[in-house]
Amino acid sequence: MTDRNLVTPAENTWCPGCGNFSIEFALKAVISDLVRGGQSLDEIVLVTGIGCHAKMADYLNINSFYSLHGRTIPAATGIKLANPKLKVICCAGDGDCYAEGLDHLIFAAKRNIDISVIIHNNRVYGLTTGQYTPTSPLGFRGRSTPGGTTELPINPLELMLASGATFVARGYTRKMEQLRSLVMQGLAHRGFSFIDLLQICATYNNTTDYYNEHVYDLENHDISSFEDAFTKAREWDYNADARIALGLFYQHVMPTYEDRVFAHPPDNTDRLKGIEEILQKKM
Amino acid sequence: MNDISVLIGGKAGDGINSAGLTIAHLFNHLGYRVYMYFDYPSLIKGGHNFAIVRASEQKTGAHRGTVDFLLALNNDTIDFHTGMVRPDTGIIYDSGTVTKGTGTPIPVREILTAENAPLIMGNSAIIGGFAKTAGIKWDVIEEVFRHHLPKETGKNLSVARLAYDAAPVIRVVPVIGSGHLPVITGNEAMGLGLIHGGMDAYISYPMTPTSNLLHFLAEQASHVPITVIHPENEIAAMIMALGFAYAGKKAAVGTSGGGFCLMTEGLSFAGQSEIPVVIVVGQRTGPSTGLPTYTGQSDLNFVLHAGQGEFPRLVVAPGDAEESYGWASLAVRLAWKYQVPAIILGDKTLHEGTYSFDRTEIEGYYSDPGIPGEELVAGKNYGRYRLTGSGISPMAFPGTPGTVVKVSSYTHDETGLSTEDAEISRVMAEKRKKKEALLLDEVGRYEAVRTYGDRSSPVALLAWGSNKGVACDVAGLLGLSVVQPVVLSPFPLHQVKEALSGVTRLISVEDNMEGQLGSLLASHGITVNDQVLKYDGRPFSVDELRVRVMEVLK
Repeated sequence: MTDRNLVTPAENTWCPGCGNFSIEFALKAVISDLVRGGQSLDEIVLVTGIGCHAKMADYLNINSFYSLHGRTIPAATGIKLANPKLKVICCAGDGDCYAEGLDHLIFAAKRNIDISVIIHNNRVYGLTTGQYTPTSPLGFRGRSTPGGTTELPINPLELMLASGATFVARGYTRKMEQLRSLVMQGLAHRGFSFIDLLQICATYNNTTDYYNEHVYDLENHDISSFEDAFTKAREWDYNADARIALGLFYQHVMPTYEDRVFAHPPDNTDRLKGIEEILQKKM
Repeated sequence: MNDISVLIGGKAGDGINSAGLTIAHLFNHLGYRVYMYFDYPSLIKGGHNFAIVRASEQKTGAHRGTVDFLLALNNDTIDFHTGMVRPDTGIIYDSGTVTKGTGTPIPVREILTAENAPLIMGNSAIIGGFAKTAGIKWDVIEEVFRHHLPKETGKNLSVARLAYDAAPVIRVVPVIGSGHLPVITGNEAMGLGLIHGGMDAYISYPMTPTSNLLHFLAEQASHVPITVIHPENEIAAMIMALGFAYAGKKAAVGTSGGGFCLMTEGLSFAGQSEIPVVIVVGQRTGPSTGLPTYTGQSDLNFVLHAGQGEFPRLVVAPGDAEESYGWASLAVRLAWKYQVPAIILGDKTLHEGTYSFDRTEIEGYYSDPGIPGEELVAGKNYGRYRLTGSGISPMAFPGTPGTVVKVSSYTHDETGLSTEDAEISRVMAEKRKKKEALLLDEVGRYEAVRTYGDRSSPVALLAWGSNKGVACDVAGLLGLSVVQPVVLSPFPLHQVKEALSGVTRLISVEDNMEGQLGSLLASHGITVNDQVLKYDGRPFSVDELRVRVMEVLK
């Protein structure tokens, strides 16, 4: 166990009953497990966006990059490329990552960069006091859509599978054991790992009863089959009533982005010599 | 004084840029200082491209209004540039494609057929013909071709030779020296400067006029220790750069005004989180998409004020290849020393212009500014934003034993935790501001403001960016002085005032409609008496600016 307290002195301001408490608990537990297994705590970096989820950066006493709304992934990409030894975890929100930063999410999956993305998906904007997000169901009455939304939600699992993500999972904050296991597996996965974590917003979108009635654990599921993963991912479209599968949908090991970026190191490491040689060619 | 101008024109896809560059190298090998302006529309094939090469005994960074030689690969080159042709201009043209030519015809098609050479080698024929008319010795051509046309050199030389033998000598360009300098674009000079300054990573989404900086650095990444990434967009480029820097690697991004719009959230984030980053902004004609491949200087106000909130930034506007190299190198170091964003503001004329490059001019810029005496306290007492006398908090990076490194876009305390405390908010704002005064002191040690021409003249031209070149030429012709502010933020008021001592009439020369540098000076209490402005996307020629300045002086 680490001798460092994993919690900062910052006052916790999440609402009572918020799903973020479970995620924080799971992260702390997984980080402790990793450190016990030999992972250097100094080499873990947490990147957060902006939103309730992002306060994780203030609460966990580890290296953190408290980024902008939607911009966890580009920051994490830069950090990982700068120092591939670092274990980089992105905690992002659904509004954060599926709206403002969706392009980055798709590119991270496409690249298979070795970072772990955990989406705190409560399907509502909490910090801006209750508007619909890309995963809110059709007709969701938020403060910007008092008559109900007029657009269908996106299905992030389907999107991630289609984008080339090599680790795709869904968890639920009321299933702590599974949540810990998924986060652990995601962090252990070499490549881009994505976990859509269903969480309730105690103040603006309390869907506890709905989730409790509809979720079930994936069993006898072949995580190496893209087709099976896709079929399971499409079972629930984040809109219509359906059973909601939880667990690891898909895992596949491939070369990572940084493997490819650094595959051909330069033939010279001396800057000044390099400059002289380039200028010679320009004479 | 020997001062020769050559225009070569043809369709996009004819390889006019490389042909111009080869001509520049011919003059370079004759001992001249060269400059090349390349003009092209935003398309891949077709349209009219031309390059103007100027070779002079003195350093030059501007084209003239007329040319000594006109090399035409198409009729447009004859039609569009009649105003640049004098009675003594030597015209060399492709007799197969140009029907309106008078002068020296080169039977390009016949030559290519005879040598079984592809169409693109037509340029070598025109260059061979031109070299003969200019009295350039064959061995110079051979040397330049061997060094700069590594592919199918032999065939290119055979093609050039046939044209060379067929053309008469019209006007002998004398050899004036034996030594020659590297010939590089503004983009290449900036790229080399960034490498020199210690840049580890360059991240950029393509956009004229800095795409060629991305291409150049991507090409060099196999020979120098840099990582080059072309990401999904400029937002990602900027935030990735901040990620690199947070993890200890020096990063730069490059774009133009439109891409910089997308980077401004990251710029403000860099200001708040005190993460160093270098941003190359190449101006083109705006607003919006504007004239993508033409020049402008209308983004000065934008870069000075971009980003919400108040935070110090370095903004430098180099005016030639040497300044581009020197200030790009310094921008990396100063950004890291003061933990501020540093913007290198160029313009299309500079970025895509080609220059003889003489590093002896900027030797002073090499000195390492060093790190101020704030000591890094790693370990459990580390605070990324520790309050120090200088306002600079030493950076530790993730991976440092026992050290938690927290950066934030929120207002934060010394350890990087978010806060809404009034007192801490005030103290942290003042901490960031403190760095500005120190940065201003330091830029004063370099040539933050440069002067040229006749310093005793009461009339001075005020120019910035690439216009420094044309302003120097005109000042030379009219006996004026030139004042060029290179650092634009923090504003070097003391140095500007010093440069203006004895000046009673100040005429600003800018490629914009609102006289943005003039306004900047006015906001610091300095009067600009007259303005000579141009906003059609084309750089001033020496002759054009001379006439415009004389009108003002009348």
